[in-house]
Amino acid sequence: MTAATITDAVSVAPAGRRFNRRTVLRSRKIKAGLVLIGIFVLMGVIGPWVSPYDPSANVAGTMLPPSLSHPFGTTALGEDVLSQVLSGTRLSLEVGVVAALIGETIAAIVGITAGYLGGLADEGLSLLTNIFLVIPILPLQILIIAYLGNTGWFLMALIIALTGWSHGSRKLRAQTLSIRRRDFVEAARAAGEPNWRIILFEILPNEWAIIATGFLFHVLSGIIVQTSLSFLGLGRLSSWSWGAMLYWSQNNNAFLVGAWWWYLPPGICLALVGMGLALVNLGIDEVINPRLRDGGRLPGRSGARRRRGDPVPAGQTGRSARKK
Amino acid sequence: MRLLLRRLMFYAVTAWVAITINFLLPRLMPGDPISAVVDRFNGQLSPEASQALAAAFGFDSHASLWSQYVTYLGDIFHGEFGLSFTYFPTPVSSVIANSLPWTIALLGVSTVIASVLGTFLGVVAGWRRGTWLDSVLPIGAFLRGIPHFWFGLIFVTVAAVGLGWFPVSGGYDSSLAPSLTPAFLESAVYHSILPAITVIIGSIAAHMLTQRNMMVTTLAEDYVLVAEAKGLSSRRVMIDYAARNAILPAVAGFAIELGLVVSGSLLVEKVFSYPGIGYVLFEAVHNEDFPLLQAILLVTTFAVLTANLLADLAFFVLDPRTRDT
Repeated sequence: MTAATITDAVSVAPAGRRFNRRTVLRSRKIKAGLVLIGIFVLMGVIGPWVSPYDPSANVAGTMLPPSLSHPFGTTALGEDVLSQVLSGTRLSLEVGVVAALIGETIAAIVGITAGYLGGLADEGLSLLTNIFLVIPILPLQILIIAYLGNTGWFLMALIIALTGWSHGSRKLRAQTLSIRRRDFVEAARAAGEPNWRIILFEILPNEWAIIATGFLFHVLSGIIVQTSLSFLGLGRLSSWSWGAMLYWSQNNNAFLVGAWWWYLPPGICLALVGMGLALVNLGIDEVINPRLRDGGRLPGRSGARRRRGDPVPAGQTGRSARKK
Repeated sequence: MRLLLRRLMFYAVTAWVAITINFLLPRLMPGDPISAVVDRFNGQLSPEASQALAAAFGFDSHASLWSQYVTYLGDIFHGEFGLSFTYFPTPVSSVIANSLPWTIALLGVSTVIASVLGTFLGVVAGWRRGTWLDSVLPIGAFLRGIPHFWFGLIFVTVAAVGLGWFPVSGGYDSSLAPSLTPAFLESAVYHSILPAITVIIGSIAAHMLTQRNMMVTTLAEDYVLVAEAKGLSSRRVMIDYAARNAILPAVAGFAIELGLVVSGSLLVEKVFSYPGIGYVLFEAVHNEDFPLLQAILLVTTFAVLTANLLADLAFFVLDPRTRDT
């Protein structure tokens, strides 16, 4: 028994299972999540063009509650809240996606290398991962951004990625550890394939689900961190994002004067994006770990309980589930 | 025992890394931010003060990087973090000492409540999988996507400003001086209810989802099947066989997430102007109070490390497998 028992409570998914597009899309959770995400991506793409007003222009009276001409009301400067939400979607999503792309790439490189190479390399990389897991990253990010001063959104995404990759890396290391001694990997090694080829063509294809969930988790945490940092007044608050909206509403005491229409929309958008991403993640989790799939047990339990996912080879579970 | 030593070593290394990051960051930054800040304050501060400022960073242009580092380590070891700009000339250490107890009390109590409640809900939801209780999944997912501080804004609007049930901001009634009198404690508890609820609602979903999934995974184990086949009551199977084994890994998973929880909760304090580390952090950001920001990073890191150590000790007691070696 090693220290791994305490820290590495990562559930390792049965590997070696590949899914076709139909298996994935059959999951209701994934479908619902993709629809939600799709709506916001669309908003991000066309938002700035369909905004009824210039989000930074004084277009009406100040602090007007929602009305027909301003469905989400106006701010303390007479700006249209709906236009700000629409224009802010793009930046919020951009930061999340860029942070996730960079962060998940680092996570994959560190996690898979550590798991595959083992030994001293693993010790070192795991130590690095665990250190970044434990240090509270928000104060670290704040410190870096405060030192850098007026930070543009790309730099902010980069900082979020460089400080937040450890969760994905930990999961990928655990998964790599569990498949590096499987027959197909050993066979490739015996055939004399170089390490980079084994990692790219034998190991990586079996980890796409974990990389995908890690990526989505990263997008969400990227958006949340960006929102939190903007809320604290860091970064460039002149370009609209949901965080910038929350910062200005708090700055103008919107919640003390009851201007709920100002700060509710960005938070709800954030929650809906988060829900979409989380639903896809839950769905993928259930595809790779059939034990988690719901609907498998009857309320009366006892004898009626079926344990589909158990000793059955992972490849067959999907089929037996389908029969039900 | 070896395991515990290993963990202790890890914590020591992490603490050292955090301190070193803190030392190197201002020196690696483009444009030499320290001199910039010192210069900016030069006009406003007395020469002794700006000297103190430079000393706060262990910044001495005549000394080598290594000797600066050694001095810095020594200062940290003695709890000397320099002077805060925000509360000038108060030492950073006393700013921290005044705010840390508030944060520890608020976060400690609400984390315990959230984990107990979340674990319980997760056990039940995992046990009753396939029923309407599965709706905790999307609900939990929804709650998880929301930053904690946004809940705070809602609660302030509804419960404090709208209904007037709770105070809008602060950590205690400003007519009372901080002391250990019953009146003061009562007011402190009253002021902390809303922030605590915010933290609890913000973090309960994570506990619930992890615990539920761990529970579902454990329910597929053979020993649960055997327990059921023996005809044990389902209550006993649920609590003594499944939940008991599902809780430990779920808690371990949560200990790892603690850094995230702390990060999220710091912002809640800002919403409520609660006099803890989070509020000080906000002030420090606005005043570019680098010594204070650096100290907050170190102190929160140390706090999370301590919490992790406590979790390890609990494991050591609860899980005989960790004692084997």
